[in-house]
Amino acid sequence: MLDFVQQLVSGVALGCVYGLIALGFVLVYKATEVVNFAQGDLMMLGGFFAFTFIGMMGLNYWIGFAGAVAAMALFGMLAERVVVRPILGYPQFSIIMATIGLGYFLRSIAGMIWGTDDLKIETPFSQGVLRIGSLVLAYDKLSVIAATMILCTLLWLFFNKTTLGTAMRASSENMLAAYYMGIPVKRVVSVVWAISAAVATCAGVLLAPITFIHSNVGLVLGLKAFPAAVLGGFGSIPGAVVGGVLIGVIESMAGFYLPEGWKDVAPYIVLLAVLLLKPEGLFGHHVRKKV
Amino acid sequence: MRFLFKTDYEDDIRLFPHSGYLVSYGILLAVLLIAPYMLSSYLMSQLVFVCIYATVGVALLILTGFTGQASLGHAAFLAIGAYTAAYLQKYNVPFPVYFLAAGGLTGIIGAMVGFPALRLTGIYLVIATISFALIVEEILARWESVTNGNEGMRVKTLSLLGVTVPRDSPTFYYLCLAVLVLTIVGTLNLLRSPTGRAFVAIRDSETAARSMGVNVALYKVKSFAISAAITGFAGVLFAHKLSFISPEMFTLQLSIEFIIVILIGGTFSLHGAVLGAIFIVMIDPFLTYLKDDMPGMIAGIAATFGAGPAAAGSIKSNVAAFASLNGLKGAIYGIIIVLFVLFEPLGLYGRWLKIKLFFQLFPLYKRATFKRQKIYVKSERNR
Repeated sequence: MLDFVQQLVSGVALGCVYGLIALGFVLVYKATEVVNFAQGDLMMLGGFFAFTFIGMMGLNYWIGFAGAVAAMALFGMLAERVVVRPILGYPQFSIIMATIGLGYFLRSIAGMIWGTDDLKIETPFSQGVLRIGSLVLAYDKLSVIAATMILCTLLWLFFNKTTLGTAMRASSENMLAAYYMGIPVKRVVSVVWAISAAVATCAGVLLAPITFIHSNVGLVLGLKAFPAAVLGGFGSIPGAVVGGVLIGVIESMAGFYLPEGWKDVAPYIVLLAVLLLKPEGLFGHHVRKKV
Repeated sequence: MRFLFKTDYEDDIRLFPHSGYLVSYGILLAVLLIAPYMLSSYLMSQLVFVCIYATVGVALLILTGFTGQASLGHAAFLAIGAYTAAYLQKYNVPFPVYFLAAGGLTGIIGAMVGFPALRLTGIYLVIATISFALIVEEILARWESVTNGNEGMRVKTLSLLGVTVPRDSPTFYYLCLAVLVLTIVGTLNLLRSPTGRAFVAIRDSETAARSMGVNVALYKVKSFAISAAITGFAGVLFAHKLSFISPEMFTLQLSIEFIIVILIGGTFSLHGAVLGAIFIVMIDPFLTYLKDDMPGMIAGIAATFGAGPAAAGSIKSNVAAFASLNGLKGAIYGIIIVLFVLFEPLGLYGRWLKIKLFFQLFPLYKRATFKRQKIYVKSERNR
């Protein structure tokens, strides 16, 4: 039983990381119906920025964190301006390919600048564990869970309660109509990319003590975050986090109870099963197609 | 300029619209047939890879280009074909039998993937195919009694009707070329048949196709099966060409490469698959060539513009250091993909059409002829 709870908690912590990356996917998708295949690489880049500020320049953890988030928000805007804006309004598949290309580019550039070694960031949560009875919880994992909850709530409030969030939802429904209604669609899209890059950076920095940062981490985790976003319905902010947690728990349970090899495929098997039964994900809403 | 007057449907779907096609493709075929006696063995080997990649590209075009179903899982189909061949070969099954068996099995698996895919569109389909590919990769690594796991499988030399065909012999090249040509001709015939028309109808509007009486589900599964089967055939040749296969050859990276083949070539015509294959196979030797010769060339240019020998030497070593940076290839790949998506969405074949039209209409060519129209995507959720 204790093993089970221990696995559950570490699965939830891992799942929250997937959820954080999936949040980035969902944000961009919600506002522009574009799927950003480079989201994981934005996370990786955010982690490297934080490493530069904290590990190399010796700044305070929180200042370095904030600096990395700000820098990545700018970078997200830049990436949107250069890669996405010229093809906004064209078929989805070309945008997917463009972001795949962006991902390739970021991975190899990061490999050139920061090398191919695993890097580690010293955080206030790196050491220490919380003991509840005989249950042992590491602070770094708890910090991920807490941060995910906070970010998810903030983003949900932002999307549903603020004017800018409403503008974002409007431009995803129908870009041209939103433009006619006076919504500055281009600026809205650019803000969304900034926010999603910032969320990705949070994921990267929180992840650093758990899996380390290297130039391929974005690809590996990004591929795991996809099922998370799809399970959650790809358009729902709480759905992304729930999907991420599900994937994380499934993965850690499969790693513990099933023979070797199941750990890596179990999330995808579950994903395919869910897609078969409920093609719009667990939290997506079904809509009839109008002709 | 030639004008084709079409008086009935037969004129419209002719394989060779006019004699010019016969002449130019005849010349191309003749050049390809004498190629083994003209080119170095390295280039020949690359040409074999071009044939294999182009075959996969044609398969992917049927599915993605003409039926509109995106797939990022074609490396898995290639792997299934390759492993079927390697496995059957162990039991001394003759080549024609395992060649067909590999295609057949891959086709059946493709149809099985097609069924779940019926309900999925857009991004969900892309992710489902990625999941399928990752699961296949894991199965290949774990099912050790059949696939030999991560140690990989050795593929024996091809033997066709009692004659051994080494993987670098001209005969093997002719075999690959024959498979490619047959695939292309078969696909052209498919596309002008009712089935092909149904594929294109589904791509353009599923709802419209359904209301015209097209059985959308049936044709989607058919498209998946045909595409997978062709990829399976290519997989057999791929296995023989490499003579050793292991699970880490068939990763997501390879699937992405196949998509890049048709994206760079152009997704609206079969020419695109061939041009894209040439591009993707030849970019590697080209980059290696640049890496070796670029520093010397740049230093030479610097020297002609008045740089001293010391400065030229330092330029040379700097450029060499830059060119041998780890991962430069990935960056170049990324930039190429982005540039093609942004500036040449019709691909290499589209560029060729533009150049051709420029000379046909000279001096009346207008750039706006090929300008893309923005479609201002409405939400897929309400579509």
